[in-house]
Amino acid sequence: MRVLRIFIRNFRDSLRSVFRNFSLSIASITCITITLILVSLSIVISANLYHFTKNLEEELTIIVYLDEDVDSAKEQQIEAAIKDMDSYEFLEFKSKEEWKAEMQATSSELSATLEYLDTNPLLDSITVKVLDIKDLAKSAEYIRGLDGVKSAKYGEDTVDKIIFIFDVMEKATVVIVLALILVTAFLISNTIKLTIFSRRNEIEIMRLVGTRNIVIRQPFIIEGFILGVIGSIIPIIITVYGYIIFYDHFDGYLFSHMVELIKPTDLIWIVSLIIMIIGGIVGMFGSSRAVRKYLKI
Amino acid sequence: MKFIEIKNCSKIYKNGVTAIANLDLEIKKGEFVFIIGTTASGKSTLIKMLYREEKPTKGEVMVGGINVGKLRNGKVYKLRRKIGVVFQDFKLLPKLSVYENVAFGLETIGMKASEIKPKVLNALERVGLKSKVRAFPRELSGGEQQRVCIARAIVNEPKLLICDEPTGNLDPDTSKEIMKVIDSINKDLGTTVVMATHDKDIVNRMKKRVVTIDSGIKISDVEKGGYKVHESA
Ligand SMILES: Nc1ncnc2c1ncn2[C@@H]1O[C@H](COP(=O)(O)OP(=O)(O)OP(=O)(O)O)[C@@H](O)[C@H]1O
Ligand SMILES: [Mg+2]
Repeated sequence: MRVLRIFIRNFRDSLRSVFRNFSLSIASITCITITLILVSLSIVISANLYHFTKNLEEELTIIVYLDEDVDSAKEQQIEAAIKDMDSYEFLEFKSKEEWKAEMQATSSELSATLEYLDTNPLLDSITVKVLDIKDLAKSAEYIRGLDGVKSAKYGEDTVDKIIFIFDVMEKATVVIVLALILVTAFLISNTIKLTIFSRRNEIEIMRLVGTRNIVIRQPFIIEGFILGVIGSIIPIIITVYGYIIFYDHFDGYLFSHMVELIKPTDLIWIVSLIIMIIGGIVGMFGSSRAVRKYLKI
Repeated sequence: MKFIEIKNCSKIYKNGVTAIANLDLEIKKGEFVFIIGTTASGKSTLIKMLYREEKPTKGEVMVGGINVGKLRNGKVYKLRRKIGVVFQDFKLLPKLSVYENVAFGLETIGMKASEIKPKVLNALERVGLKSKVRAFPRELSGGEQQRVCIARAIVNEPKLLICDEPTGNLDPDTSKEIMKVIDSINKDLGTTVVMATHDKDIVNRMKKRVVTIDSGIKISDVEKGGYKVHESA
């Protein structure tokens, strides 16, 4: 009860302080707003990229063709070596007979042609799936080096390019967002510093009458939190409406159905929650920095 | 019964100034003690060590069973709740009314509003300011402001009231009234009072125990003393 009373009182004071120093608060809030819009944007983009790569991964496999003279024991060896890879997820062996049967089933002409030949011109194959598409190149290389493997192929060029672009984008957003978060935390810390100075008499009296240190610090931390949460309001609105409008405009697909977008309901609420939490945490982080530095008790 | 016990205590500030040197002092519960001395003699330093605004560099300071020098930062509040402090400059919060100024401390320690009210009114009555509960500090005279400070200091019924030149900013008549209030707190509530002052008239008139310090050294400690005694000594 007592703790709650103190908390309510401090919360009220913090809220008052936000509005009393409104011009100052506005600066912090604006900065948080801009940061969080960018954070939200980068989350939405990376989530969609991730979604896209996941889809892509489902389809991307390495096709391994074995040498003509590979017998079943050798084939088992190759399979074992593939399963040994860190990136191994799944493989499927298909013998040349199975290939033949499959091909014959698809067309009668092909069926006749294959029947006419006395040897099967096709090759045994293994289809390999890896855990992460980033491992495709490395894994294909490794498989190519195995004894009895004729070739190992995947959509080399396209995949390498896509992976490279994703990588650069991911790293760039992380760097930008981190930099913005730091700037924001610094600005909030500055706001709180001024609040601390403007309330130093109060702080002195509190210390004098035996207020606990946590209680003295609390309102400043709460104020940082409030600034952060207020700063997340506009980004949340932009995220929610912006993404819905964007999604509807493109009918859920980009680049003529190559990229499928995540459904708004699967994304916007969780992103809103995340940026509100980030706002609050960055606010508290900034204010606790100020409290540590300027509130000597 | 000893309430304050200072043993072989020295305070050397970071800049090398020795403000208190090897001082011994015992104060019993319910006593009224003046600390006098010329400027820079160490009065404020001594008083600050009682409520742990400063830590002794050497020796021991015990207040109400608490070893002040050993008290960790996070526990200082426990000591402060047993002590009321009044200063020369009033340190009232200008945006709060008289009532709110006195209630402020109790609120920050989480007391219920219904508990706070009688305590605040009681304290204000004791200092004779019950009629001004809604006034703001700027609407009060110096003497009245100091009464508010005294009310704030005693509102949580401390065992010890510490005053650092409480009459320093007041004219002689007002000072007399403030002293009456402090004296009554000492007499009626049994609160121990330690008061640093320059004011010869007050010390001479009150006939209380007087501890004189000079350059941080205790040079006399007299029951029912006065300023003159020490000047001739
Ligand atoms: N925070 C401090 N840092 C360094 N030196 C200090 C500090 N506070 C006080 N002093 C020094 O300690 C000595 C004692 O100061 P103190 O304030 O205790 O004297 P005082 O007796 O209260 O003086 P006054 O009657 O003028 O108030 C002085 O020389 C002063 O300069
Ligand atoms: Mg002094």
